[in-house]
Amino acid sequence: MIPKERVDLSATAEAAVEVLSAEKTYPNGTQALQPVDLRVAEGEFVTLLGPSGCGKSTLLKMIAGLLAPTDGRVLLWRKPVAQLKDGGRRLAFVFQAPTLMPWAGVTTNVRLPLDLAHVPRDEAQGRVGEALRLVGLGRFAHALPRALSGGMQMRVSIARALVTHPNLLLMDEPFGALDEITRHKLDLELLGLWRSQRLTIVFVTHSIHEAVFLSQRVVMMAARPGRVVEEVRIDEPYPRGPDFMVSPEFSRYAKRLQDSLLRASREAPEDEADA
Amino acid sequence: MSAPAVPLLERPRVQRVVYPLLVAIVVLGAWQGLVTGLDLPPYLVPSPILMVRTLVTDFPALGRSLLVTIEITVLAFLVATVLGVLISFLFVQSRALETALFPYAVLLQVTPIVAVAPLIIIWVRNPTASMVICAALVALFPIISNTTLGLRSVDPDLQSYFTMNGATRMQSLWRLRVPSALPYFFGGLRISSGLALIGAVVAEFVAGTGGTGAGLAYQILQAGFQLNIPRMFAALLLISLTGVALFAGMAWASRRALGAWHASEVST
Repeated sequence: MIPKERVDLSATAEAAVEVLSAEKTYPNGTQALQPVDLRVAEGEFVTLLGPSGCGKSTLLKMIAGLLAPTDGRVLLWRKPVAQLKDGGRRLAFVFQAPTLMPWAGVTTNVRLPLDLAHVPRDEAQGRVGEALRLVGLGRFAHALPRALSGGMQMRVSIARALVTHPNLLLMDEPFGALDEITRHKLDLELLGLWRSQRLTIVFVTHSIHEAVFLSQRVVMMAARPGRVVEEVRIDEPYPRGPDFMVSPEFSRYAKRLQDSLLRASREAPEDEADA
Repeated sequence: MSAPAVPLLERPRVQRVVYPLLVAIVVLGAWQGLVTGLDLPPYLVPSPILMVRTLVTDFPALGRSLLVTIEITVLAFLVATVLGVLISFLFVQSRALETALFPYAVLLQVTPIVAVAPLIIIWVRNPTASMVICAALVALFPIISNTTLGLRSVDPDLQSYFTMNGATRMQSLWRLRVPSALPYFFGGLRISSGLALIGAVVAEFVAGTGGTGAGLAYQILQAGFQLNIPRMFAALLLISLTGVALFAGMAWASRRALGAWHASEVST
């Protein structure tokens, strides 16, 4: 029997991500996100869960620095996103689609962030090989993206994220377009990578089961206006395997999140019609 | 002899050649039959056989003209491609520039070249140069509009990824925009290659240059004056074949460049 460890989430761990009452309002007046406060500890796996339109992707893009908050601040390791590099830390972003260059082979795609940073070719090549091995694509280094399945393209995308040796991995519904079986397989692999690479992960999903299965903490969000409703700690040990998915604890967490989701949408009944 | 897995006539590659060839045989056969059957005089409608015979006997003159027309077409096509790509690069560097200049690109496109050609021929002394300019003007627009569109048709997430990884403007241009634009660029090339030929023939008609610098259009004009209709048809045939060859060349280049990855060229 493998000894299962309890992950300590003491609030004393260094904060990797601090969102300080950041909000987003578009020029046309639509409030995409009400002021949000969120703290992600270093090494933590946090999931943003909610229906479409709840601002979870907006929040993730603000953390990545792709969107500027209308008000409030986002800090990564106590610095604005733009100064992250000065502290020797890196973030990587994985989009919902694989977002690969269709004209370039797997190796070139994975090497892209290193090429953009002018990493010497020899060193870059070694790191690409290492990243491809991590996602189990060592044999496909020369394939073109279109020759790969959806799941394999997503692995390439993850390898491209890992090749920079990031400290923070931001994932925007990365497995949303994949079939159930492939998605579950990649979920398991992601947990393995999280532990072996000592990553801090902020993961966006609309799947309650995926959120419970993966994360230490689920940030529940609701739509119209986009806001955080509740934070739920998933206090279950890792490694989590398929057994966890059929355990009573798992169902209890899933039920709790489901109820919270329903309650949140009932609070804004006038919006149900067009939901 | 081992039998092929797929019968010869069911292979798409063979069909692409055989089917159009069948149409040609039927049409040419009917043409030949009508001309002989109705006993039409060759100065009205020459039979296909007479046309080919004229092509062979007159080839010394027609061949020289063919080379002239090809030279003008190819030069104009090259000028249009280089100029068109440069203008597109300028356009994508600044929206203001594109907004300011695009109407003039359209103006250039919609003004009939026949109307402009006499001016250009007066202004530019060298007949070859003036004809190249005319033809290049005709071929320019599709390259500008297609390449500009292509350079802007970048996957927004991929663009975000480049930005997030601190890509410079130049890195984004060469690693992202240029490859994304290639399918559009080749689409523009296909259209422009044909337009360059049309432009060259129109310019020759207007310029009416005879002697050693005479192109196929001049041969058609001359043959028309002399009621040498078979020769007219022979010259026409050469122009059409040149156009087809240009188009096929562009299709081949496009397949070479995009075949591996772009949906338009990948054989299923």
